Amino acid sequence: MDFDLSKPQKLLQQSVRDFCQRECPAERVRELMETDTAIDDVLWQGIADQGWIGLHLAEEYDGLGLGLVELAVVAEELGRACVPGPFLSTTWAATLLSLSGSSALAEKHLPQLIEGAGKGTVAFLEEGAGWCLSQPQVTATVSGSQVTLNGKKHLVTDAGVADLMIVAARGEQGLCLVLADPSSDGVTVEATPGIDSTRKLAQVTFADATVPAANILAQGAEAESALKRSRQVGIVVVCAEMVGSSQWMLDTTVEYAKTRKQFDQLIGSFQAIQLKCADMFLQTESSRAAAYYAAWALTEGTEDAERAVSIAKSYCSDAARFVGGTAVQAHGGIGFTWEHGLHLYYKRNKANEFLFGDATYHREQIARLTIDAA
Amino acid sequence: MDLNLTADEKAFRDDLRAWLKENVPEPWPATLGTEQTPEYAQYLRDWQRKLFEGGWAGVSWPKAYGGRDATPIQQSILLAELIRTHAPEQLGVIGEGLVGPTIMVAGTDEQKARFLPRILSGEDVWCQGFSEPNAGSDVAALGTKAVRDGDDWVVNGQKIWTSFAQFSDWCLLLVRTDFEAPKHKGITTLLVDMKSPGVSLRPLRQMSGDSGFNELFFTDVRVPVANQLGETNNGWRVAITILMNERANLGSSMFVFIDQAVKGLIEQARTLTKNGKPLSEDPVNRQKIAQAIAELEVYRLNVDRALSGLTKNQTPGPEGSMLKIYWSEMYQRIAQTAMEVLGDVSQLAGFDNGNCIYRYLRSRGSTIEGGTSEIQRLIIAERVLGLPKSY
Repeated sequence: MDFDLSKPQKLLQQSVRDFCQRECPAERVRELMETDTAIDDVLWQGIADQGWIGLHLAEEYDGLGLGLVELAVVAEELGRACVPGPFLSTTWAATLLSLSGSSALAEKHLPQLIEGAGKGTVAFLEEGAGWCLSQPQVTATVSGSQVTLNGKKHLVTDAGVADLMIVAARGEQGLCLVLADPSSDGVTVEATPGIDSTRKLAQVTFADATVPAANILAQGAEAESALKRSRQVGIVVVCAEMVGSSQWMLDTTVEYAKTRKQFDQLIGSFQAIQLKCADMFLQTESSRAAAYYAAWALTEGTEDAERAVSIAKSYCSDAARFVGGTAVQAHGGIGFTWEHGLHLYYKRNKANEFLFGDATYHREQIARLTIDAA
Repeated sequence: MDLNLTADEKAFRDDLRAWLKENVPEPWPATLGTEQTPEYAQYLRDWQRKLFEGGWAGVSWPKAYGGRDATPIQQSILLAELIRTHAPEQLGVIGEGLVGPTIMVAGTDEQKARFLPRILSGEDVWCQGFSEPNAGSDVAALGTKAVRDGDDWVVNGQKIWTSFAQFSDWCLLLVRTDFEAPKHKGITTLLVDMKSPGVSLRPLRQMSGDSGFNELFFTDVRVPVANQLGETNNGWRVAITILMNERANLGSSMFVFIDQAVKGLIEQARTLTKNGKPLSEDPVNRQKIAQAIAELEVYRLNVDRALSGLTKNQTPGPEGSMLKIYWSEMYQRIAQTAMEVLGDVSQLAGFDNGNCIYRYLRSRGSTIEGGTSEIQRLIIAERVLGLPKSY
């Protein structure tokens, strides 16, 4: 049993860390979050050139064929640097594309996403419904060789920059996953600013938007299982991001405690601050264990993989919020300012808490999988 | 990263499981207060002997000293399996886990030859005399004194919170031998025969009603200089080695112990009803129980991660402090969760064999014994995060 990252995994970690420091320092994050899309095409192409998009996908689609632990390594470092852009959205879409029945669509679109030529997202959430895989209200009506989409999705990540959008709709056989082009007729993408400016959200309205019937990725049970699995991969990314983010907040707080003086002493010499830092450490490390275990279990297909994913999402969500709040408190006034970087992470983590279901949602999943199965 | 057990680890576990299946004795009837009887002591000694004869005592010890060179992961498999099979508590735990390894590092050849085989075989049971009424978190402030008289040290003072003292043949004792030096530099470690004239003990009753700990009194106790462990006034270094081992040790057994509590809670919540519905169908209860499950699982992962690090790096470090904080505070939360979910009846001594009450009360001690949560956090702040020493 070895919980440690392997040598190649550590090398990957270092190269992502170096890349982020070089290509996306804190000032750049701030510049990008002030834009409408939070995307830097050069940065995005750089990430793609490194092979980090779809690195867990098969080599036939130009992926690297690595596991989810490697994906988590990349996501943790991107999270540590709070890198803006559609990494999560594109990873989710690419994963879903790779899992869906249509290999023709995968062959056509996946290489584009992986090479950085296109960005992707998944339109899932609807008003009045949460993350349960219930019947969507957006409809997909097939007529001849066309599918017509109608309805509204909200809180769609990076919809404003996506070239490819997978829509979770209701078709004749239940859930129907349809590949749409957000810029086509009948599709309206409207920005809906949220708490986190580094990952933009939008409302997407479909009014008789038509796409070829060949764009149906999967339907019914097949669609449900592909969507479920792709969301689990998304959760691994989000959890790893929260681990990286917590680590940054912990490091920044400890660094500050070693330089800031009050009452003529370093605040880091006060037990009130030390106890807080130790708590942040404990929850950050525990989040790391939970997130990486979920990545490993999902890759290996262990019996407890689904539960491991829900445990990671519930634990990391609560921990990241705790670490963020504690970091702000330990900093005092400066931690509450716009000028300090803490709020970027604090906000990103709040958005991450919701993505793919919050801690409460996943605790119910844990209850379902453990209590009801006992 | 590969969390599968290696072939060696698997073989170790399978051998052990087969052996335990044949050898674990009937559990001791759990009646409050019997922990201090000679019959119980004999029951535990018999079990220790059986473990030794089966080759399962001191597995982590080097082969040269009769062990198996087991890795921390294998050792953790052993601890977990012992609890899983409801094996009796290990009377030799202090000798095997703390005293033996310390003698290996700091002892003379004569001391090694004399003490180590008897620890392994279970002939000698050990306790450790560290804490004192006025030296709790600040152990180095201990005041039990030893004065040299010819070839003996003469010991006077009091120790407290001494587990297993009522069963022990020997005590690893920290004493002050230099009253002028800074407090860390005037401590010496002695190996004391508990049958020496002047040693007496008194069981210490806890809020949970049981008496696992003792107070130990030393009145003009003569300890031959040959039983001094390590150099004079260098005992603090010895103590630190022991404390690090202590924190690293508990991890995996606490997982299984608390896991049994959570499994029991799930079972009860599914069986007991409120307003005609199983408690486990109430959404608030489901949230609470799921939180317990999640915390416990993350603890298991933390332990595995620490063990895999320990297997590579060998020396236990401050990460033991994190595990100690985690399990002890989780134990309290889970004991509380159980009583919240199960409701009013959980306060009855007759409910669930008194386990709900026991855990609720006993877990208060967990965040204090073996270094309080506050001390553990300060260790993390200072030794892991590099913040200035604050005490």
